[in-house]
Amino acid sequence: MRTLLSRLQRINPLWWQVGLLAVAILLPLPMNDYLRSVLWRTGLYVMLGLSLNIIVGYAGLFQLGHAAFYALGAYTAALLNLYLHVPLLLTLPMSVLVSAIFGYLITRPILHLRGDYLCIVTIAFGEVVRLALVNNIFGITGGANGLSGIERPALFGLVLRQPIYHYYLMLIFLVVSLLAVQRLEHSRLGRAWMYVREDEVAAEAMGIDTTRVKALAFVIGSGWAGLAGALYAGRITVISPDLSKFMESVVMFCIVVLGGTGSIPGVFVGTLGMVTLPELSRPLKAWRDAWLGFAMVAMMILRPEGLWPSRRVQLEIRAEKEEEPLPAPAAGS
Amino acid sequence: MQLLQQMINGITIGAFYSLVALGYTMVYGVLKLINFAHGDMFMWGAYLGLTGLNVAVALLARTSPWAIPPTIIVVMVTVALMGVLVERIAYRPLRTAGRLAPVISALGAAFILESLARNVYGASYKTYPSGVALVGSINLGGARVGVMQIVVLVVSFVLMSALYLFVQRTRIGTAMRAVSLNHDVSRLMGIDVNRIIAIVFLIGPGLGGVAGMIVALYYGSFDFTLGWAFGLKAFIAAIMGGIGNIPGAMLGGMLLGTIETLGSGYVSPQWKDVIAYLILILILIFRPTGILGERVAEKL
Repeated sequence: MRTLLSRLQRINPLWWQVGLLAVAILLPLPMNDYLRSVLWRTGLYVMLGLSLNIIVGYAGLFQLGHAAFYALGAYTAALLNLYLHVPLLLTLPMSVLVSAIFGYLITRPILHLRGDYLCIVTIAFGEVVRLALVNNIFGITGGANGLSGIERPALFGLVLRQPIYHYYLMLIFLVVSLLAVQRLEHSRLGRAWMYVREDEVAAEAMGIDTTRVKALAFVIGSGWAGLAGALYAGRITVISPDLSKFMESVVMFCIVVLGGTGSIPGVFVGTLGMVTLPELSRPLKAWRDAWLGFAMVAMMILRPEGLWPSRRVQLEIRAEKEEEPLPAPAAGS
Repeated sequence: MQLLQQMINGITIGAFYSLVALGYTMVYGVLKLINFAHGDMFMWGAYLGLTGLNVAVALLARTSPWAIPPTIIVVMVTVALMGVLVERIAYRPLRTAGRLAPVISALGAAFILESLARNVYGASYKTYPSGVALVGSINLGGARVGVMQIVVLVVSFVLMSALYLFVQRTRIGTAMRAVSLNHDVSRLMGIDVNRIIAIVFLIGPGLGGVAGMIVALYYGSFDFTLGWAFGLKAFIAAIMGGIGNIPGAMLGGMLLGTIETLGSGYVSPQWKDVIAYLILILILIFRPTGILGERVAEKL
């Protein structure tokens, strides 16, 4: 077992990636439409997880209202398509842009907040966005029923109707996202995010503009969620304010934290546990919230670093645990 | 006269917020933890009240308001025990685990409680047996004050005063305030910190459970989303008053209830929740310690 594992580890990671991509391309072929939809949904949440991973995983900012940006992306695509008849695929850049701009405007005033306070404010923002959509803000969002009749995306005259086409569309964007996230993680900005996450004061002392770096995490993460929202609008063609439900934000948050904060394979594992598994098993679906809750409590107690953590986070959490029991020597006598 | 009426209704709702906010603020005081499960324990108070009232009505063989007092006591005790159980299972193992882990665990506990309620009682709206809630109202300078409103205000006021005196005057209350300042030093002074935290988790959810039942009596019907919607508002109230501060939670609740009712009366009822959330955001941006929060929240 051990020799097999070490032999597997010695294989060039590039081969792993090519192999996994081949599996991802071939996987839906023998499946029925239902399973293909589940696969598409998995891809969607992996993308959302990757986008939130930038904010929560890399920069260490607790965003519990991420679904708001997903909803904004979906509504941007839908509104452009319904009122201005822009083809859906051309709305994607606008969705990204609108979500990113809102990501900046909303989070800019709250960047100085930390930890659980940031959590609460982002929850409140998510709810404000949802309620604004429900209350039919500007009279264009269709109220609680949302918008329907969104055109399906078309590529060179081929209208994407079948789930499998949507799956491949998602796969293309997912591969691009993965490449981009990998590059980001090891870039100057990526390293700055991790520095801010580990020790904000030290990061600032080293000359990192922490406010700018944190704002960039929110802008990039939010824009990415907007892209996922637009892809959702093109596949489902009906959108409602429920996209910005607190539960959606929590599912995304769990994907990142339970999968392994700051880890790309962790996002995949988290999505399988939080989205794919409940989708495939009916009893788990009825009890999905309890399952989520149980997973959250149990993971925090037994394995706080997540199922497939990044090495860095794992080391950090272990070091914290070792430091903790040492009592500080009393000062003076 | 419309203003007076709105104020009275606002203060009634504010009293509910205060009762729930006390639970948040007490737990935050001793553990520095946002107890996300508190709203759902409050909701369980409403559901257990439903079961309790049905049993009480069956035992009395008629519907009368006399079914309320014994049910309230049962609900209070049950939800308090639920609170201690949640603390024991989901929070105590994480006492030394940094700040993210307990928050996630608290959210997890909230989902378990909510999902349990939905699967046990069903997703539909529930109504309390008719004839239990007190009806009738008195006229007060042109404003109508329901008997139920008076009961709500009296019960809340009595509970809150009792709690305030308990925390300020008794040995356990003193120990509680000590624990909220520093766990390690409290332990050195001979305080059993785990016991004090358990007591906090008896009192907070106990009050929350009572509030859940009174809210359900007041509004007549509710469903499993009650905990989330109401819990978040109550948390806003706790932050408004200054989290960790007991009189602050009472003041914050009353203020939030009044602002919300006035906003829904004079602006638009659809936007009343948005008003509450915007207040929260503004307070956290400009004065994160709240109105009465003398203690500076560390590392904000």
